[in-house]
Amino acid sequence: MSRQQFNTRHLPGFGPLAIALFAFLYIPLVVIAVYAFNSNRVVTIWEGGSTKWFGEVLRREDIRNAIINSLQIAVVAMVVSTVFALGAALGLVSMRRRQRAGALVLIGAPLVVPEIVSAVATLSFFVLVKIPLGQLTLVLAHIAFCIPFAFLPMRARLSDLDPRLFEAAVDLGARQRQVLWRITLPLLWPGVVSGALLAFIISLDDYLISSFVAGPGNDTLPVFIFGMIRNGITPAVNALSTMLLVVSFVILTISYKVTNRGSHS
Amino acid sequence: MKSTRTARLGTLAALLVMAGGLTACGGSTTDTSSDTTPAEASADGTTPEATAAEAASEVPAKGSGELNLYNWTDYIDPKVLETFTKESGIKVVLSTYDSNETLLGKLQAGGTGYDVIVPSDYMVKQMIELNLLEKVSPASFPNGKNIKANFMDVYFDSGRSYTAPYMYGTTGISVDTAVVTTPPKSWAEFFAVPKEAEGKLGILNDQVEVIHSALRAVGAKPCSENVADYEKVKTLLDAFKPKVQVINSDGVIDRMGSGEQVMHMQWNGATHRSKQTKKTIAYIYPSDGLTLWQDNFAIPKGAKNIDNAKIFINWMMDPKNIGAATNFVGYDNGITGSDAFFDAALKADPAVVTPSESLALPQPVPGCSQAAVDLYDKIWTGFKS
Amino acid sequence: MNNRRAGDSSPTFAWPAVTYLAAVVGGPLLLVALYSLLTRGKFGVGVVWDPSIKAWKQLFLEEKLDGSTVFNSQYLEIIGKSFVLAALTTIFSIAVGVPMAIWMSFRSARWRQLLVFAVTIPFWTNTLVRTYAWMLILNDNGLINRGLLKAGVIEQPLRLLYNSGATLIGLVYTFLPFMVLPVFASAEKFDFRLAEAAYDLGARRPQMLKRLILPIIKPGIVAGVVLVFIPALGSFLQPELLGGGKSLMIGNLIQAQFGPSRNWPFGSAVAVALMIITLLALMVFNASSRKAAETGQSASGLL
Repeated sequence: MSRQQFNTRHLPGFGPLAIALFAFLYIPLVVIAVYAFNSNRVVTIWEGGSTKWFGEVLRREDIRNAIINSLQIAVVAMVVSTVFALGAALGLVSMRRRQRAGALVLIGAPLVVPEIVSAVATLSFFVLVKIPLGQLTLVLAHIAFCIPFAFLPMRARLSDLDPRLFEAAVDLGARQRQVLWRITLPLLWPGVVSGALLAFIISLDDYLISSFVAGPGNDTLPVFIFGMIRNGITPAVNALSTMLLVVSFVILTISYKVTNRGSHS
Repeated sequence: MKSTRTARLGTLAALLVMAGGLTACGGSTTDTSSDTTPAEASADGTTPEATAAEAASEVPAKGSGELNLYNWTDYIDPKVLETFTKESGIKVVLSTYDSNETLLGKLQAGGTGYDVIVPSDYMVKQMIELNLLEKVSPASFPNGKNIKANFMDVYFDSGRSYTAPYMYGTTGISVDTAVVTTPPKSWAEFFAVPKEAEGKLGILNDQVEVIHSALRAVGAKPCSENVADYEKVKTLLDAFKPKVQVINSDGVIDRMGSGEQVMHMQWNGATHRSKQTKKTIAYIYPSDGLTLWQDNFAIPKGAKNIDNAKIFINWMMDPKNIGAATNFVGYDNGITGSDAFFDAALKADPAVVTPSESLALPQPVPGCSQAAVDLYDKIWTGFKS
Repeated sequence: MNNRRAGDSSPTFAWPAVTYLAAVVGGPLLLVALYSLLTRGKFGVGVVWDPSIKAWKQLFLEEKLDGSTVFNSQYLEIIGKSFVLAALTTIFSIAVGVPMAIWMSFRSARWRQLLVFAVTIPFWTNTLVRTYAWMLILNDNGLINRGLLKAGVIEQPLRLLYNSGATLIGLVYTFLPFMVLPVFASAEKFDFRLAEAAYDLGARRPQMLKRLILPIIKPGIVAGVVLVFIPALGSFLQPELLGGGKSLMIGNLIQAQFGPSRNWPFGSAVAVALMIITLLALMVFNASSRKAAETGQSASGLL
């Protein structure tokens, strides 16, 4: 294949635009990181460099608990909602039209409902069915609103796979299970990954619903950060955010290295 | 309590793919209570009246297990809680909320397992009426004698049958006097907006406080049910709106401190903190009156650790402990003798300690009637959109 | 035809998700719909069992003191304004997000993976914190104003913060990745041999984009529009912080009803109304995008 020869991958103007957008996405993060080293208690007034806020964040047990709580919930919500969403994306293909429309409404529902309404409604619902508020209710609620985010990239990918591949496979005598494992899932994989990432992110970022369905001592990180900001944002919030960013960089780099090694062997 | 936490972690562990290390981390959060030596002095044991007071109500000095405290965000010094744990052997699990309405909504949902909550004055009244609070008579606790006289017979809980006082404060005006050379003396002057403050002015995102003040500015009383008053308020706010830069309750301390805004409706304790960044900021007690609010400790119905809750509330009524809490939040409290433990800067600040000539101005405002609340909401929605 | 569609498998795969959502989302939603038809509880918090359509009437009508009712456009205007802002957010996200996603999908496999991570990393920082960062950038003493002042371009700081423009920047910033990721997911499997063939046949880049790539990424754009438009419609953080709280959006309105305004039935009615409108918009959008996809397919089929 001599793809590069024609340079079909080159689209004039797209590159600079994309780079500008990455800058757009990252400038606020740079600002956050720089101000994390501000020694003044008030974030907006630069006084001089200091790393004391990092120390403060590391010392505080309540912050640590909130981070752990949030990560646990996000991981569970990501795994469960991705599995659910994958099943839904696959199962919907062969549903009858009306049935599918109904299922789509349900899957899309967490998106359509304003968050505050979900929050109040979910709280009332848990109380009605007598599930005590705590980590379980947090996880249950998170799974629900993560499903559509995990589902949509998969469905987008699936609906555009080349049907000839599947026709060919069936013509060649492949069974349904073989088609699923050998063709569908590998092709669907990028959609699964971006769906799972979206779900994880959404869970990690949620404030409103979490603050309603949490039980005693279940404050998640966003709930905690909202609190820190309420009485004036100190560089401690920046330090905390910067540390989370660094950790995410490390995790993503490792996973990138691992997957790449896998693909080479 | 250790076991419930471990059990929770256990069920999660089965599903955790990448957080193996994290759960281990979570398990290692030790409770400091195990380090407590029994010889340590209790919170109130040193007071001679302790035995006399015990006759009225028994509050043990020490407990075990945990206490679920549900408080406003950033409203209690973590170090104060650590001291409490050290002295009482009770581990405090803190959860936070951002408004009285959130608190009430959650309590009405029922059985959420909080042991101590911190409702504001009017909210206490409504919670008592809704039968949401335990009647534990904090006034009869050993440290109940420390409650300031004017904090005993409060309109929301006369004789303190349900609540103990925590912080109190006022909602007034903070002004950077270096920029606004003729600061407003009243709400009327605030809403008229001095020239220098135009476009650099902020107010709290708080419909109750803003409309209270606007009503005072037009010469009416908060919670008025007279529609004519609201016509005046609407005219006032329509003229006021273009001069407002921001309607936001968060980050006021920073925005005033950095000079982004030069005039703001603000709480007194927050003004105190702004002053630490910018010396020229002054706190105004408007001559047409301002809201005096009080936050209180209470035990909600359904609390699982009532004894621990009593120990905590009693401990917080010790002048030394609540004095330390005041130093963190910057508000005065309802306990006699606590000012002996205040930081000097706090004691010297007229924003924190109301000067005698302004003492009559701050008044508590009981919750408005439903009719008034609806009028407030209508005016507010119009103002905000 | 059986078993030959892409990803065809048993419908039972979908049941766990559907059952779960029916319980954890459907149940609460029915409760909200019910709330909108009840009367608010004592002190306005919660509801009591007293069926009434007062909350729904309040959306359009205002009761005067003499008991007569007049039409009230206050709430409808807020809803309309929110739609405009959410639509603008979506349009900007498409305008810049789609080229970005296409560009990303054209990189080598190794780069593609890195870039996807790069798009998601900002999310590791809480939305609230990132929104605050924008306040640091846009305010009177912010980075932009300080830079421009120093360069002598302006003499007075520009009023960049606390207006609808700032709200829009915040919304696009927050939701852009929700456009980029699904579009990327569908663009990624673009077969470059098609492009080469097209070049061989004399096609130019614009034609290639329109006839080859657009049909392929269309489902991604559809997903992206849904993921951007709907959350943007219900957003409350950006108008509060970047807009300075001076231009209420529907999310703020609903929030207030469950908070200080203490009117759960009305909050529920606004929410249900919003959901109905959103569903209708989605159905129209779905139908039109399906039609567009059909014509797009026939166009690509010509090649």
